Amino acid sequence: MAEITGNPEGSVPEGGILTLRVARYDPERDRAARPQEWKVKILPGMTVLDALFAVKEEQDGSLAFRCSCRMGVCGSCGMFINGKPRLACNTQVNELGPVVEVAPLPNHDAIKDLVPDLALTFRRHRAVLPYIIRNDVAEMESPTREFGQTPEELARYVQFSYCLKCSLCLAACPTVSTSEQFLGPQALAQAYRFVADTRDAGLGERAGVVDASHGVFGCHLAGACSEACPKGVDPALGIQLLKRSLFVGPPHRAPAQVVSAFPEGYRTPEAAERPKAPPPSV
Amino acid sequence: MVAEAQTPVRTQVPSRLSMRLGLRGWVYAGRYPAERYLYILHRLCGLGLILYLPLHVWVTGRRLQGPEAWQQTMAILSRPVFVAGEILVLAAFVFHAINGFRLLFGHLGCALGRPEYPVYPYPVALHRQRRLTTALMVLAGAFLAAGVWGLLTK
Ligand code: HEM
Ligand code: SF4
Ligand code: FES
Repeated sequence: MAEITGNPEGSVPEGGILTLRVARYDPERDRAARPQEWKVKILPGMTVLDALFAVKEEQDGSLAFRCSCRMGVCGSCGMFINGKPRLACNTQVNELGPVVEVAPLPNHDAIKDLVPDLALTFRRHRAVLPYIIRNDVAEMESPTREFGQTPEELARYVQFSYCLKCSLCLAACPTVSTSEQFLGPQALAQAYRFVADTRDAGLGERAGVVDASHGVFGCHLAGACSEACPKGVDPALGIQLLKRSLFVGPPHRAPAQVVSAFPEGYRTPEAAERPKAPPPSV
Repeated sequence: MVAEAQTPVRTQVPSRLSMRLGLRGWVYAGRYPAERYLYILHRLCGLGLILYLPLHVWVTGRRLQGPEAWQQTMAILSRPVFVAGEILVLAAFVFHAINGFRLLFGHLGCALGRPEYPVYPYPVALHRQRRLTTALMVLAGAFLAAGVWGLLTK
């Protein structure tokens, strides 16, 4: 891994002044985006989200944006920042240069200022049945033990399970930009996340949704989604592997079965050597 | 009985601002890397080839009107502007065909590598394919050069 030396795109000294240019939108008075600019003092480690907070707290309380975790795990703060969809909390201003331009996520409706409507993303996510589907209803309803899965089997899909549903990939996708129907990289990659899970047997059921021109075949491999993804999900890879699964079946032949139970009273050989817990003192 | 709550009713749903990029989302690759540009070029070349097809059918159809008509058409086609056009069609075809094979493999999940743990810097399948992509583009360049050589020296 290359050492990160900082300031790859432009150099902004700490204590310097940042120009924050935001495309604003107030549904009660605007018909189009309205640019507005503020100056913000740069603090050590400042993210774009920190800069937006600085404006909201000190200069203009009416500025609207959405965030929750402030650490790149909730997927709430997706915005179009200096020409790319990015998470505001995951982007330091010193990567960007002295002028930071922020607009609402492309390919989404803006509700107010930088708040995008993600309802369609969630609906598409739900449409691909993002959960384990199996035929053994009895075991699913009242489980007896866990289903077996090796670390190698986990590695086949774990990358896709990191998805935050931040919708940055949909903001980057050229097919999404012209098609309302296309399921989009987020949902399709999630369909593959479950198809490739050895516990799952739901490819046939999901094919009803994804085997369509607005499903996997809406993807033309431009790869922009994988560039935009902040979590390394690589949705473009997931979509192509899903296409392959539709032709040749999932990577596993049959869904994993429950692991067999250890005999009653079984102890692993090492168990005898482990120190015993001290006797309870109360 | 509890009185009905007097909640103000919103008569009008506030409007939204659509940020959908439309065709601009196809033709503008901005700061995305090579594959995003190849996508545009593949599309443009495909459309260009389709537009060329009727012209091609008409030209070859002239042969049915006898050797004289054919000679005449060929004479027109040997003008530099048409030769330049032919080179463009050849370039579009060579690029579209060779890049098309890359895409076909990709769509079948081949030559993309396997999923891995997302450890920073995050793995991207299309980056794993870069050497193949570069090799194919060099190959396309070689085919084009050979074709142009053939056209200009015939
Ligand atoms: C060996 C020859 C060819 C190969 C291997 C090839 C391959 C492909 C592939 C794989 C695609 C799908 C791209 C994608 O969605 O990812 C495609 C699209 C297309 N091709 Fe071809 N093609 C060839 C020749 C032609 C010819 C001769 C024409 C025109 C007469 C043509 C016109 C098109 C058009 C219009 C598209 C749609 C463009 C798009 O959706 O982006 N192709 N081609
Ligand atoms: S695939 Fe990546 S970019 Fe797309 S929603 Fe999930 S985390 Fe966000
Ligand atoms: S606030 Fe949670 S991802 Fe940015």
